[in-house]
Amino acid sequence: MTPNGSAIVAEGLRKQYRQTRALDGFDLTVREGAVCGLLGPNGAGKTTAVRILSTLLEFDGGRAEVAGFDVVRQAAEVRYRIGVTGQSPAVDEILSGRQNLEMFGRLYHLGGTEARRRADALLERFGLADTGGKSVKHYSGGMRRRLDLAAGLIMAPQVLFLDEPTTGLDPRGRIEVWEAIRSLVEGGTTVLLTTQYLEEVDRLADQVAVIENGRVIAEGPPERLKSMIGGDQLDVVVADGGELAAATAIVARVCGAEPDVGHDTRRVSAPVRHRVATLTEAVRALDDAGVAVEDIALRRPTLDEVFMRLTGHRAEQEESA
Amino acid sequence: MTSTTSSRTTAAGGPPGGPPPGTLPISLPARARWAVSDSWTVTRRYLIHWVREPSYIVWGLMYPMVSVLLFGYVFGSAMVVPGGGDYREFLLPGMFGMTMMFGIGNTMMGVTTDAAKGIADRFRAMPMARSGVVVGRSAADMLNSVMDLVVLVGCGLVVGWRAHGSPAETLAGIGLLLLLRFAFIWVGIYMGLIAKSPETAGNLYALLFPLTMISNAFVAPEMMPGWLGTVAAWNPLSSTVAAIRELFGNPGLGGDSWIAQNAMLMAVVWPLVIVAVFLPLSVRRYRLARR
Repeated sequence: MTPNGSAIVAEGLRKQYRQTRALDGFDLTVREGAVCGLLGPNGAGKTTAVRILSTLLEFDGGRAEVAGFDVVRQAAEVRYRIGVTGQSPAVDEILSGRQNLEMFGRLYHLGGTEARRRADALLERFGLADTGGKSVKHYSGGMRRRLDLAAGLIMAPQVLFLDEPTTGLDPRGRIEVWEAIRSLVEGGTTVLLTTQYLEEVDRLADQVAVIENGRVIAEGPPERLKSMIGGDQLDVVVADGGELAAATAIVARVCGAEPDVGHDTRRVSAPVRHRVATLTEAVRALDDAGVAVEDIALRRPTLDEVFMRLTGHRAEQEESA
Repeated sequence: MTSTTSSRTTAAGGPPGGPPPGTLPISLPARARWAVSDSWTVTRRYLIHWVREPSYIVWGLMYPMVSVLLFGYVFGSAMVVPGGGDYREFLLPGMFGMTMMFGIGNTMMGVTTDAAKGIADRFRAMPMARSGVVVGRSAADMLNSVMDLVVLVGCGLVVGWRAHGSPAETLAGIGLLLLLRFAFIWVGIYMGLIAKSPETAGNLYALLFPLTMISNAFVAPEMMPGWLGTVAAWNPLSSTVAAIRELFGNPGLGGDSWIAQNAMLMAVVWPLVIVAVFLPLSVRRYRLARR
């Protein structure tokens, strides 16, 4: 559809608010049909990037194309091809779900009949057909988010921006929204998803960009990012929390790296270079020291660990699961 | 307009859509058509509000009713019109003008709440006419004002107020009131757009009450301390109220100042100046996305 097969191209985007530099040379390319997770802590510039790419915000430097159109000079073209779901559901509370979708359809200049037809189709698709006549204020959180997603899909957009689509939802609502997003991707829509939840990226994204201080510091498929930080992790869970210190010392020596220690989980983790040799040596050393081990295993790193290595701090302030 | 679009795109995630061919407005008439149809869609949104939540409207109409009774009977018995005449005859035009100004509160809250809820951002990310949201809002508020005014005039008639002028003069008076309201809708939209939260909008609104009191609606500006009297005389509300008192043949205050002598002229000029300032400001402010 676009000449170079990229649905989103951002080059050197800069945006300055009074004192803070929100974006500082932000580069990102998302190929058509991909789900790109934009991952970063609060204040890293995620929302600013999404607002610029969805034509909502002027910026100070760089350029951006969405669906092959310049976001500044061809804003109307871009707006016809994108859907946006922000951090809070952007729907009218008094109108019914159906009336909301119909209103947005009219604002896309579809005319009343077509707007109604699409509203009904979307309500059906998002499991809101039965409640379509009710005022949105009687909807649950998950239902609102689904309606909000539906509103972003009236024009079957080429590119969908989802800014923290599940923040503040309970686990059930989160799963509902994830399912809705997955079904969209099957339809070929390109998705740019910002999130603080690594689990969300792990489940949905096939491309990840880690953003910090207004620029992308790492980018690639999740698997590649995971191998970037040194391949597999060694996990040791000790039977007795009192032996955690001893186990930590052994793991540090065997792996040659500072391990991550979870006191609640009695778990010691560190990256390993020589998979089997390290594992064998760790088992032997722990055995020699008389440390009772409940579990020991090699595993792929999580995105959380990738994030820690890249930025030096955790992405999530709160527990996501 | 719609028949060509359905074959191109489907709502159910089929082939990705773009604008239906020929939809993007290039020419001026096409832009105008967009602006009108988008404004109407937004106005329609508020009409649906009224149908779905009639209590919203009913409460809104309670305000003018209660104030006519309050001012007419509670305070009215204690007040004397400077030039003589029935206080309620003197008061009602002031109430009419004041209610028109208070309409600003509804407008402001509606606009700020939209921004806070993110629906304003959704509108901005859609290929709409840029004026659509604010013009649609102002049209809905005008319809609401007409209802306010009908109730107000009805209450006035009940408490003994009459328009003594010719039907044309009476209509002209009503027209001036709606013109004032139209002007203040744009002040309300602008203030709603710059207020950071519904709470700020509420505080701004609270300032409005004293501002309507510093006028000729209840007492003669000449009775106030010098500078305050000047402010009151130049309050746009004063010009409208003085003009409609004349048109309705109700007791007025007169006055020797230029502004009091030219009330009829200024009742037209003031609102036009306010619209000329705040309409472009509002449309511009709407385009500039906030943080």
